[in-house]
Amino acid sequence: MSRLSLKNVSKSFGGLVAVDDVSFDIVERGVTAIIGPNGAGKTTLFSLISGFLRPSLGKVVFEGEDITGLAPQLVAKRGVVRTFQLVKLFAELSVLDNVKVGRHLHASGGLVAALLRPPAARREEREVEAKARELLAFVGLVAQAEAPATSLGYGQQRLLEMARALAAEPRLLLLDEPAAGLDAAESAALSRLIRSVAEGGTTVLLIEHDMTLVMNTADHVIVVDFGRKIAEGSPEAVRRDPAVIAAYLGSAHQARAGEQGVQAARVAEAGRG
Amino acid sequence: MTNSLSTTSPEAPRRSLAVRPALIAGLPWLALAVVFGYAVVVGGYPATVVSFALIYAVFVSGLNLFMGLANQVSFGQNAFAAIGGYASAILTATYGFEPLLAMLAGLVASIGCAALIGYPTLRLKGHYLAMGTLAIGLIVYEITVEWQSLTQGYLGISGIPPIGIGPYEVLSDRGQLILLAVVALAAALATARIRASRLGRALAALAGSEDAALALGIDVTRYKFLAFLMAAGFASISGSLFAHVVGFVSPEVFGLHLVILTFTMLYVGGIGTIAGPLVGAFVVSLLPEMFRGFKDYQDLAYGAALILLLIYAPRGLSTLFAARGRA
Repeated sequence: MSRLSLKNVSKSFGGLVAVDDVSFDIVERGVTAIIGPNGAGKTTLFSLISGFLRPSLGKVVFEGEDITGLAPQLVAKRGVVRTFQLVKLFAELSVLDNVKVGRHLHASGGLVAALLRPPAARREEREVEAKARELLAFVGLVAQAEAPATSLGYGQQRLLEMARALAAEPRLLLLDEPAAGLDAAESAALSRLIRSVAEGGTTVLLIEHDMTLVMNTADHVIVVDFGRKIAEGSPEAVRRDPAVIAAYLGSAHQARAGEQGVQAARVAEAGRG
Repeated sequence: MTNSLSTTSPEAPRRSLAVRPALIAGLPWLALAVVFGYAVVVGGYPATVVSFALIYAVFVSGLNLFMGLANQVSFGQNAFAAIGGYASAILTATYGFEPLLAMLAGLVASIGCAALIGYPTLRLKGHYLAMGTLAIGLIVYEITVEWQSLTQGYLGISGIPPIGIGPYEVLSDRGQLILLAVVALAAALATARIRASRLGRALAALAGSEDAALALGIDVTRYKFLAFLMAAGFASISGSLFAHVVGFVSPEVFGLHLVILTFTMLYVGGIGTIAGPLVGAFVVSLLPEMFRGFKDYQDLAYGAALILLLIYAPRGLSTLFAARGRA
């Protein structure tokens, strides 16, 4: 059974069709990457999957159940957790507490537990802390556990966001450009980290521009352009696909194709503002 | 395997300072204890000023939960202080209820009203939420003025008995001061415990990024609502305490000036901190008294002091004593 299926999903904003009749299946094991030029509709796809946007048409099916239009916190409860293109950390909290927030769905304490701290609540709090520290060790941020989240460098903030998402124990992890702003060494380390998350049984779906990361990390690649899926397959197969080369390597292609490419670039510009 | 990403280690320098921050963080509490002790010993007018400061501190603690921990805005918490205060006044002075029972009834009424009002209002964000909540305060003010058969309008209600259980009434200044201090400290302890819990982390999460909170499965609307109800509860208790300590309530007591005063206290003391509401309530209550000698220039000196505080301690006085602004 596939972990996630999109069935003829479309999303339009007024006259602009951001996602146009996209269907794909994500298998349970491995890492899938969604690639495509800027404004191709990748982040919109993530928002449609994670409940932040409601599809205009089509269905989103997670583990055989229809989750189309479900509120984001309920999608998360089903086991789909996303990260954001621009890191959204909880600035007032420490690194450790950020990860603890990720345990929200796996703990139950409310106001009474907070005020009276019964033994069960204390035990739960210890478990939350232990799990959070374990995840910080996993991403290599143990030393910074007590530091404010905002004191971290950009690459570390991305790792923290990932640890926080993992704390929710997602069965499907959506990473929106996890390597954006990372240098080559950081990107390589991230790639290894993503592989080990996937080997642990979590399905990973990521959006990425860094082709080295995609080629090293993904088992499967989906290519979108102008809101449509234009290709799908192994990284090697996608790399050789002429349609992908035309769309994704637009600038290189443009030089050769001349007028046609410039035209396409203009349309892309006009469409996405 | 991922250590290539962890370049700096702030752990080492922080350790060596571990003892001193704990001592420094205790300074605001020490200052509060000194002022409180002075009021208990001297009694009289200083005791009255400190009593009011403690009552305000309870109100501001509630405001701190909603504004400091959850990062929402409400200009209408005075409504719930009015509901609590009037419930205590009417039920004890007119119907002869036990003060604690009346206070509990006021609390239930306040939280009930907060639930009814909060459900539609909390869908608003930012300035719209601020305007919506401002309206709540104004509406309750109008009700206290116009519903004369119940509230006696502008005249207010007097003859409210002091707080107590059965035949035991807290009559002395000192007894009252100690009781109020216990309640205010309980409010601070509750805030500290909430902040360190799953509930507090959920509030901090929605304060930091509603989208990120939702993505982690936090029902943002539900937690905002909960914070609003808790703030209403604290406001209601402070309204009831006021009624019993002063023995009198009127619409003006819970008017717009209460909103301005408590906002000042929250920001001067340190929004989002544990000691902040108490520190702010004490400083803002005591400052005008210190400038009494300035006579005509008292308000000017008070205003200047507030401006200086906001320039030199923009995140509040209690953050001056805490590492990383977490007092």
